[in-house]
Amino acid sequence: MLAIVDYGVGNLFSLKSSLARIGASACVTGDADALRRADRIILPGVGAFGDAAKKLRESGLASVVTKEARQGKPLLGICLGMQLLFEKSYEYGEHAGLGLLPGSVRPIAPVIGPGRKVPHIGWNALSFPENKPKSPLFAQVDAGECVYFVHSFAAMECDAVVSATAEYGVSLTAAAELETVMGAQFHPEKSGDVGLRILHAFCAL
Amino acid sequence: MITKRIIPCLDVKDGRVVKGVNFLGLADVSSPVKLASYYSACGADELVFYDITASAEGRQLFTEILAEVASTVFIPLTVGGGINSVSDFDRVLECGADKVSVNSGALRNPSLIRDAARKYGDQCVVLSVDAKRVGGSFRVFAKGGREDTGLGLIEWVKRGVSLGAGEIVLNSIDTDGVKQGFDLEMLCAVCEAVSVPVIASGGAGSAAHFIELFQTLPKVDAGLAASIFHFGDVKIPDLKRALAEAGVPMRMIKEQAC
Repeated sequence: MLAIVDYGVGNLFSLKSSLARIGASACVTGDADALRRADRIILPGVGAFGDAAKKLRESGLASVVTKEARQGKPLLGICLGMQLLFEKSYEYGEHAGLGLLPGSVRPIAPVIGPGRKVPHIGWNALSFPENKPKSPLFAQVDAGECVYFVHSFAAMECDAVVSATAEYGVSLTAAAELETVMGAQFHPEKSGDVGLRILHAFCAL
Repeated sequence: MITKRIIPCLDVKDGRVVKGVNFLGLADVSSPVKLASYYSACGADELVFYDITASAEGRQLFTEILAEVASTVFIPLTVGGGINSVSDFDRVLECGADKVSVNSGALRNPSLIRDAARKYGDQCVVLSVDAKRVGGSFRVFAKGGREDTGLGLIEWVKRGVSLGAGEIVLNSIDTDGVKQGFDLEMLCAVCEAVSVPVIASGGAGSAAHFIELFQTLPKVDAGLAASIFHFGDVKIPDLKRALAEAGVPMRMIKEQAC
């Protein structure tokens, strides 16, 4: 059973539906024991980092997710859920993340160059770093296939864990992973067939 | 490279897709769920649903159909029509919409944009504007294009963005349904005025019109159309191939099923 962490952030309708489509058995839960029992965890999230980090901590689930991930249970953070995996974020202040991935989350506006709109919204092509083996998450995805992004902040200073990038003036972190801790900045549940293939790969880990 | 988006728009009344030509004379086309799946398989980058139902029963039906669509297709869905309050945002977002488009509701109560953006983020709030030339200037129209608000287009889109609209859909009443091409002049004026994504609507009759749109106005992010897609005058895979060949960045899909 896959557990989607429910901590009052974001719209889980599409995520639930897309997992159902690929035949994955998933539950949406805010219960610590259910997360401990699950064989893998998805941490979703939209909105502001500070708010979400606070809600995740206050719900008591931050420590559960962190502990399960450290013990090797596959964890996939999506969008803001991915950003929360990093050490800290500079979204309106400075906020601590879960620290499962090294790096920090920063605004993209200063780095993407003039004339590009923020948020980075729409379909963008994935590239995979050449200096490391391709992530199992993307086993069924070719470089150049597009996924759907909506974000104004991105993980930076995290070269060691970057598993996919998207070109938007600079090479933005599209996905990151450290062993079984994985994050996707884009929305696989909104990325058509490519997104379903990525979710399927996560469920097969 | 971010790709330009091709967006079919589905006007839904009492659970069925209809399309007005110059907002008059509705003609039934097909089932929203079937059309949505078809378009997703064809490579549509996003879908827009406008609920043009007036009755409470129709609105309930729309919400049910939206949930069915959102369980079937996994591309971004924007919903508009009858959005007058933050609770209308709640209602459609719970059923799987990703973005909500406001038009007359925001004209009546501009703070709706701010309140919704605070709750759901700017990226969730799309300001849809129907505009028309009146005495040499671009004027905003309300109620599906029937009522001149007296408001200037540029003034309104700037205000909308400052309140938190994350995207603008500009529908030119002058070119809508005429199939002679998008309203490049009006679009250019809006692109110059705001820095959020602009979606062009109204006037597309052929693939050439989309090529002209993105080549003339590289700042436009997406092209939206309805009847030309619904009636098959323009097929999305052919359109995207033609655009890619013309050098416009496009998302091409591998397992195209139409």
